[in-house]
Amino acid sequence: MSDAPPKLEWRGVSKRFDGKPVLRGLDLSVAPGGSLVVIGGSGQGKSVAIKIAAGLMAPDAGRVLIDGQDVAAMPAGERRRLPARFGMLFQGAALFDSLTVWENVAFRLVNADGVARKAAKARALEALDRVRIERTAAGLYPNELSGGMQKRVGLARAMVANPEIIFFDEPTTGLDPITGRAINALIREQVKSLGCTAVSITHDLESARKIGDEIAMLKDGVIVWRGPAAELDRSGNADVEAFVRGDPSPTPV
Amino acid sequence: MSSVPLPLQPVQAIGRSVLGIVRTTGAAALFAARAFLAVVSPRWFFGQFARQLASIGYYSLPVVGLTAAFTGAALALNIYTGGGRFNAEQIMPQIVALGITRELGPVLAALMLAGRVSAAIAAEIGAMRATEQIDALQTLSTDPFRYLIAPRLAAAVIVLPLLTVVADIIGIAGGWVVATRTLDFNATVYIRNTWDFLQSWDVVSGLIKAAVFGAIIALMGCYHGFTASGGARGVGRAATNAVVSAAILIFAADYLLTTAFTHR
Repeated sequence: MSDAPPKLEWRGVSKRFDGKPVLRGLDLSVAPGGSLVVIGGSGQGKSVAIKIAAGLMAPDAGRVLIDGQDVAAMPAGERRRLPARFGMLFQGAALFDSLTVWENVAFRLVNADGVARKAAKARALEALDRVRIERTAAGLYPNELSGGMQKRVGLARAMVANPEIIFFDEPTTGLDPITGRAINALIREQVKSLGCTAVSITHDLESARKIGDEIAMLKDGVIVWRGPAAELDRSGNADVEAFVRGDPSPTPV
Repeated sequence: MSSVPLPLQPVQAIGRSVLGIVRTTGAAALFAARAFLAVVSPRWFFGQFARQLASIGYYSLPVVGLTAAFTGAALALNIYTGGGRFNAEQIMPQIVALGITRELGPVLAALMLAGRVSAAIAAEIGAMRATEQIDALQTLSTDPFRYLIAPRLAAAVIVLPLLTVVADIIGIAGGWVVATRTLDFNATVYIRNTWDFLQSWDVVSGLIKAAVFGAIIALMGCYHGFTASGGARGVGRAATNAVVSAAILIFAADYLLTTAFTHR
């Protein structure tokens, strides 16, 4: 077994909203180059967990470690540069309405990395090729695209700067099954080709099986099961079995 | 259920409201401090700044101009009527000029912008919050305060004094048109009286007010949009709160600045 620290780790992470606990000491990690999918019902804390890891939200307690380094203990300069190591595909794609498709994809390159506009456009067009978006669509605005195309553009935007960790927040929500499968395949293919670490959250089991090497189930703010994606159907955990069958949870929330 | 005895519940309600106001005031003050810091320190997004100059300034010209013209005309008629009671109709040009430059020019331009711009800023940024675009900015290594807030704040602080100059000119012209067309004032004498009477401080004090009002308008729009929650309803609420809070703060700041300028 490798001695390398996990690429990303939640250690005892807790978070409350209006006094209601959402995460209760979450312990979870993902190995470098691994693809972890966190499944669970609505309101179980999946989005909060991913937002804390991405630095969009601060935990009330606990720590987030990247390459074994506590994010909170990092020097301010290093902490400010952290987002440059991440990419994120949001549930609704979160494309900027006022920018064209290629400007969305090139946003980080132009505005954060200081890449010249022309070079950034060339890289954005390559990224769009990789997610099978026609170059003729590069000048369109997000509201002129279908939901599936918006997700592809969001995927291109998340990957264009070759991040070390990519977060996928409900990547197939709101898509028809065919488009959802295409997005799953693209995510798998692109994550493998970039060699980055991927953390996804979803309640779509087909997506979880397709994207993940490992699957963890979050319930009531803690991980109740974790195992290889292939073992999801024989987990031996009552909560996972109920979730897979689509039954109500056997243990009260 | 509340454990507070019934007779004390009104006190609890007042206490909760006071705490809410203090919390909001503190949060807005911290937001403003962070916004000003983003304005004065790099990195600056000049493209966004230019876009906001056009959006806040250029596109507000018609509404500010029309408001100033009608207000100047109405003010002239009212001062003529009031002055007539003391046989002092002839001071009308000077009083119109003073009223427009020191008070009505900046305040009316600011109120028009509060309605047009503050609500639009709150709605736009609120919608960005609701659709996770602000989170996306952060994951793309871009500080939302530098990309979204600072350009709007800087543009509003620069543009509102310019709009006020326009409002001053058009407002005085509105009074001039009424005075010369319907009240038999001599056109040349009216302009000379206005010009001779006005002191540079009358205009400058109005422009200082306008810059402060510009900051208030942008900050209220940005703050309410940035902190919006609850989807479409939250965005609507943010727009309303932005306009109301901006208008109240404009009047409060107007009084405080006028007091300060009067005792200068």
